Amino acid sequence: MGHPGEGLLLGMGATRAQSSGPEKIEVFIDDQPVMVPPGTTVLQAAAEAGVEIPRFCYHERLSVAGNCRMCLVEVEKSVKPVAACAMPVMKGWRIKTDSDMTRKAREGVMEFLLINHPLDCPICDQGGECDLQDQSMAFGSDRSRFLDNKRAVEDKNIGPLVKTIMTRCIHCTRCVRFASEVAGVEDLGTTGRGSDMQIGTYVEKMLMSELSGNVIDLCPVGALTSKPYAFTARPWEIRRTDSVDVMDAVGSNIVVNHRTGEVLRILPRTNEEINEEWLSDKSRFACDGLKRQRLVYPMVKDSSGELRPCQWEDALLVAGRALAAAQGSVAAVAGGLADAESLVALKDLVNKLGGEATCTEEIFPEDGSGTDLRSSYLLNTTIAGVEEADLVLLVGTNPRFEAPLFNARLRKAWVHNELDVAVLGPNVNLTYEAEHIGEDPAIIEKLLSGTHPFSQRLKAARRPMVVVGSALLSRPDGGLLYARLQQLAHQLRAGCEGGAEWRVLNVLHRVASQVAALDLGYTPGVSKVRNAPPQVLYLLGADEGAITREDLPADCLVIYQGHHGDRGAEMADVVLPGAAYTEKMATYVNTEGRAQQAQAALVPPGMAREDWKIIRALSEVVGAQLPYDNLAEVRDRLTEVSPNLTRYGDVEEANYFAQASALAQLVKGKQEAAPIDVPQKVLEDFYMTNSVSRASPTMAKCIAAIKKEAANRHRDK
Amino acid sequence: MLTRLARALTSPSVREGVRGVHRTAPAASDALFVHRDTAQNNPDTPFEFTAENKKRAEAIMSIYPDGHKKAAVIPLLDLAQRQVGNWLPITAMHTVAKMLDMPRMRVYEVATFYTMYMRNPVGKYHVQVCTTTPCWLRGSDQVMAVIKDKLGLIPGHTTPDGLFTLSEVECLGACVNAPMMQINDDYYEDLGDSDVSEILDSLAAGRTPKAGPRSGRFAAEPAGGLTTLTGPPPGPGFRVRDDL
Repeated sequence: MGHPGEGLLLGMGATRAQSSGPEKIEVFIDDQPVMVPPGTTVLQAAAEAGVEIPRFCYHERLSVAGNCRMCLVEVEKSVKPVAACAMPVMKGWRIKTDSDMTRKAREGVMEFLLINHPLDCPICDQGGECDLQDQSMAFGSDRSRFLDNKRAVEDKNIGPLVKTIMTRCIHCTRCVRFASEVAGVEDLGTTGRGSDMQIGTYVEKMLMSELSGNVIDLCPVGALTSKPYAFTARPWEIRRTDSVDVMDAVGSNIVVNHRTGEVLRILPRTNEEINEEWLSDKSRFACDGLKRQRLVYPMVKDSSGELRPCQWEDALLVAGRALAAAQGSVAAVAGGLADAESLVALKDLVNKLGGEATCTEEIFPEDGSGTDLRSSYLLNTTIAGVEEADLVLLVGTNPRFEAPLFNARLRKAWVHNELDVAVLGPNVNLTYEAEHIGEDPAIIEKLLSGTHPFSQRLKAARRPMVVVGSALLSRPDGGLLYARLQQLAHQLRAGCEGGAEWRVLNVLHRVASQVAALDLGYTPGVSKVRNAPPQVLYLLGADEGAITREDLPADCLVIYQGHHGDRGAEMADVVLPGAAYTEKMATYVNTEGRAQQAQAALVPPGMAREDWKIIRALSEVVGAQLPYDNLAEVRDRLTEVSPNLTRYGDVEEANYFAQASALAQLVKGKQEAAPIDVPQKVLEDFYMTNSVSRASPTMAKCIAAIKKEAANRHRDK
Repeated sequence: MLTRLARALTSPSVREGVRGVHRTAPAASDALFVHRDTAQNNPDTPFEFTAENKKRAEAIMSIYPDGHKKAAVIPLLDLAQRQVGNWLPITAMHTVAKMLDMPRMRVYEVATFYTMYMRNPVGKYHVQVCTTTPCWLRGSDQVMAVIKDKLGLIPGHTTPDGLFTLSEVECLGACVNAPMMQINDDYYEDLGDSDVSEILDSLAAGRTPKAGPRSGRFAAEPAGGLTTLTGPPPGPGFRVRDDL
């Protein structure tokens, strides 16, 4: 639960690097000496000594509430037990975490907590992973003395994701603190007092947050549980597979919970450098989309133009013949969910056949240094690096919906580190206050020349960050604007306090495959395909409609390989069913340039197969056999192309900002007058952004609920 | 023999003796701590501070230093409640939230925490009868009975003419003058049977009866005159041992 040693100084707050800490003091936990910095709480000091003190309301990432009293411990020479979570240690304190007084205090608190708690564990979804259950087993009394009536609290409807059974609530207020501190949505609170106190929204309204699912994990009892997962499974029946999320380019670490070949739910896995312990609602709840609209057998279009299921041999033969007959007029387009293994296999195959056009659906400007220098397309500061920054300029991005956990980091730094945020683009609600500079793309040039009023702020910043969204990059004049931003970032870097180590320029991608694809040498954008239509087009999970049937000549054969029957499969002549991210061992590189491995939790459904294997099999049919037969060999090939792709967990730093900036100066172009825009402005736009989330009924329910919520007269507009 | 002993031990009378735990009435408020739209109280209920109250609100807010303006939420809610007349519509909470730049939920929290904010309409005269132990010993049951007889009211209800609302409340801090009741801002203390009905009659007739004790006392002094400190104050050396 705890992570001893982290953030001790400022509690759960984000911490900037400090040159030297104050002198440490010695305390004794169960007679075991520990040295801790002054201001450390008893609970943290105990964690330092490896002793875990039971708690309900305390959470290391939220402010201290001190209202559950479960963490009471005895301190020598203190008449009363002290609440460990809120009490700072004093020099020489002897803390007894297992004395008679401590145990009696815990048992007493436990008895009071259980007074109004229904004993409905058999029908409670939290059963088996409930802090109250565990702690009452460990510290509670073995019998009840309570004969009076228990109170009951009416349940609240706070949306399609979080189910509430408010009678079970023990008023730890973790959810209230999460909503107001981390999610930045002040809709939850406590109403009433004494035994009438309840947690809720007072008026009936939905908890409108892209991070709302986290309150389910935070709730130590079964008061807030997952609505889609209700009454589905018990934790001891579930198998768990550690993996990474692909719903956005953040690469959140997840645990896939599955049973009998079915993903039941997805939970976050702690990774301090990426998602801490949070997860966005799309990553958490879109997993039911993995069971719907799946491509489970190969299909080939028959003479009447209908896709007909067939055997792998037939599909591979049709695809292989077409590829061989194309004589090099072959192109590939990769979508946002493709993994590095299949990307490299597809690129090798296309190149082997004589084709050159391997593209991604997401656009990135090719002007200046283009994608040649890695630093031009990465979030160079890293996600955790936001906590070091003091000024962030967001250009053409809405991180709240494009990368919710990056936005949570920004908010964390805004709350605890006095980070200032400025927005160039539409004035969207980011959950924290941001200075809106404007929407006019001409402002970028003014910032570069230093004539804009905001330039002074940028110059004065000690550790500035410029975060460029892919919405800006996909503009017709994206190359020009990006070139200016590259120069601006380079200027700022020269003057800032962080020095050469501090990276100013950041690109926030929207899709999980983009960085790996660019690392492998894919061409961003489909203009190549559009300008020189090939005879055979290979779509690798390309579902965003970057290229449509209208862009292609009538005789062009389209092969679609992917896991969902979405836009890509609709226009295909041959469909090869692939595996989704929960069904394959695969490499994904997040927007920071951090390679991570997804693990196979399940086997692909029906006749679907792992993606790189399909391409490998096809290569043999075409007669251009790819030189790898197992995953290790594919990864050797990945390493050969770009070694960072197999250095799992690490951010490979990228440099050459000066060179990129110099090349950027050469970029010429015409600036458009259209204002800078982002595609995802409101919460409604967040839920369905790829083939998995489009197939998810839960995501559809979220959108329906938000549409309905628009008519709620209680919502503060 | 053992069976007999076991049966004797588990018989109801023995069990009573073993588990002699006393049970309490559930201590819950009769108010609801969530909002329900009603005809009188919904997000469209008109509310705006009058010009005079707006000035007052400005004055109240100016008391608090910058960055702590939110502390004005309690006096502002009170001001709003007084303006509406004894109760606080949800739109008044929204107005206050907007004035203080607070999330609405934070204002709801305050308004539901304090029992003196009435979140639903009450009558012109809000009669709050204290029934805590000292008042109860001195006859608060009788006070309640008189009100019930006279107005046909049970706690939590309002007369059909909208004049009186009856609430049963806990200690209002006037135990020396028990029994007592509070009507709007005034305390009526040392109540006898005739006092209650007289007070209610005059209120119904539009008069405001004099607040304070009904027993002829001025305030909380002893009812039968002073029993101590009646003589002149003793001088130095009073009750000190002779040999000192």
